[in-house]
Amino acid sequence: MNAIKQALLNAFTETKKVVVERWMIFAIVFGFYAVVSILIATGTLNRYYTFLLISVMIMIVLAASLNIATGFLGQLVLGHAGFMAIGAYTAGLIAIQIKDHIGSDYLIFFISSIGAMITAGIAGLLVGTPALRLRGDYLGIMTLGFGEIVRLIIRNVEFTGGTFGLKGIPRLMTFPMALLTTVIVVTIIYMFINSRHGRAIISIREDEIASENVGINITRFKLLGFIVASMFAGVGGSMFAFKEAILYPQSFDFIRSVEIFVVVVLGGMGSLSGTMISAFILIFVPELLRDFDQYRYLTYSSLLIIIMLYRPQGLMGKREIFSFKKRRKLIDSSMNLD
Amino acid sequence: MELFIRQIINGLSTGSIYALIAVGYTMVYGIIKLINFAHGEVMMFGAYFAFLFAYSFNILELPFFVIILLSMSFAALMGIVIERLAYKKLRKAPRISALITAIGMSLFLQNLALLIWGSEKRKMEPLVSIEPVSIFGFEVSRLTLVTIGLSITFMIILRIFIHTTKPGKAMRAVSQDKEAALLMGINVNTIISLTFAIGSALGALGGIFYAMTYGQVYPTMGVMPGLKAFIAAVFGGIGNITGAMIGGYVIGIIENLTKAYTTGEWTDAIAFALLIIILLFKPTGLLGKNKKEKV
Repeated sequence: MNAIKQALLNAFTETKKVVVERWMIFAIVFGFYAVVSILIATGTLNRYYTFLLISVMIMIVLAASLNIATGFLGQLVLGHAGFMAIGAYTAGLIAIQIKDHIGSDYLIFFISSIGAMITAGIAGLLVGTPALRLRGDYLGIMTLGFGEIVRLIIRNVEFTGGTFGLKGIPRLMTFPMALLTTVIVVTIIYMFINSRHGRAIISIREDEIASENVGINITRFKLLGFIVASMFAGVGGSMFAFKEAILYPQSFDFIRSVEIFVVVVLGGMGSLSGTMISAFILIFVPELLRDFDQYRYLTYSSLLIIIMLYRPQGLMGKREIFSFKKRRKLIDSSMNLD
Repeated sequence: MELFIRQIINGLSTGSIYALIAVGYTMVYGIIKLINFAHGEVMMFGAYFAFLFAYSFNILELPFFVIILLSMSFAALMGIVIERLAYKKLRKAPRISALITAIGMSLFLQNLALLIWGSEKRKMEPLVSIEPVSIFGFEVSRLTLVTIGLSITFMIILRIFIHTTKPGKAMRAVSQDKEAALLMGINVNTIISLTFAIGSALGALGGIFYAMTYGQVYPTMGVMPGLKAFIAAVFGGIGNITGAMIGGYVIGIIENLTKAYTTGEWTDAIAFALLIIILLFKPTGLLGKNKKEKV
């Protein structure tokens, strides 16, 4: 009797904690929005820094999506810029078609992003179906090849503008729009990872053979994770398209894939909050040290090596800042008393 | 027909360059199971070394052979240092960590070169004469002949080294089973360093020929030939030296043929498409052995 009472008590206090945590996250996001909006309105934060903040948001979306494939599913993907490119060009082409017919910026962005998600998702399906039979390095190489092919195709076909770039995309990415998209995407990814399907995906990372033995359809869940990752890469690409207004194929080369990869690795493979922190560090901080600019990529790469040598799990490892894991354990242990 | 044969000869020349670089990829993969992404950059540094030796020391007037050997030894040293600094600690780490380190190393070297020499392309004169030589009625430039001849010579030397000498045999032993080799009294660290040294030296040679063929050196010149050579290594079965050589020549010839018979825009795309097709149908490559995954 006492044990049940204790369990109920635990569960109650813990639920209260979850509510508090959720409100805290909401408060942080809203506070961030309010502070930045005021700073922009008063002119303290000039256009350049607003632009940078938007870049950070885009990087968060891209890296969070890559984190599904690399962090949670445990597959090496070195061609994320390829999916991003597909999303960016789809969104750009749709926006050029519809920009004169639709008044609302948000609606244009929404429709184009949905289009971007669909094409990037289809690309993910097409690449993922054969590629996921490969393991480790080989999958990495294959996605690398895919990313390069996408870039070369974009460069050589006509309707993308080729090397001259795709012009005429409305520049409508504002800070509130970027923040809203990022919050929605990260929330969806978080919910996905913590759903039944997400758990299956994480179990594949931990031990493929054991997961198969408990009845998880490995191929299906690997493919699911891969497609979701490429879809959100498409969203990141669409944000990028509306920020840049002109798209060039060379913006989506191997270095871009590596950049996204570095953000994921620094933040911790399997940690969304880690991804957010490291996107902020890697995009914003180097800009503050302007004189440092020449050494920027040198620092990036040395950082990557040093992290791997001394802290291979990244800043956050697999943990989140607001971790729900502890609570789960507590409830479980109290249940075990019976 | 004449165009075809000419392209085959050019293909052999590009192919030798790719084969030289691919050997480095494949040797390192064979011995520590790491895709050494920094290899393309070692190749670039090799080309820069040759460039510096050829032009900075005008007073010395170094002969071609000395320039090549000097650059190769510098690159070999570089390979050893890279391995000691970045990869050695990660031998027991998950493969993904080592791979990320290799990517980091590649970017680091690229940006280091950018910082030292600037981003502009420098003109590199071919250090051997390019005047044509007539073979069976075909005019072939001396540079092409030297590229093909020297590459094949070095690859034959490598083959003899690996199959007959003691360190060569030790190298094969380490790639078979590191632990067992250690128990047999082989100094595994030395052998790994040696592998990196040889691979880097051959890569540098490839880089020098590449720079001379295209007449320029620049910090990002290692990326594309590096990837192509890597495709060659995968094509032949990564870890297999003969396979890497064959792969190099196949990629080189395909590349030159597509350049001649299409607009040339699609050359790189075809190489990558080839990579994907190989990986899909025979991920272990042409000469690779199928290995069952251990449970």
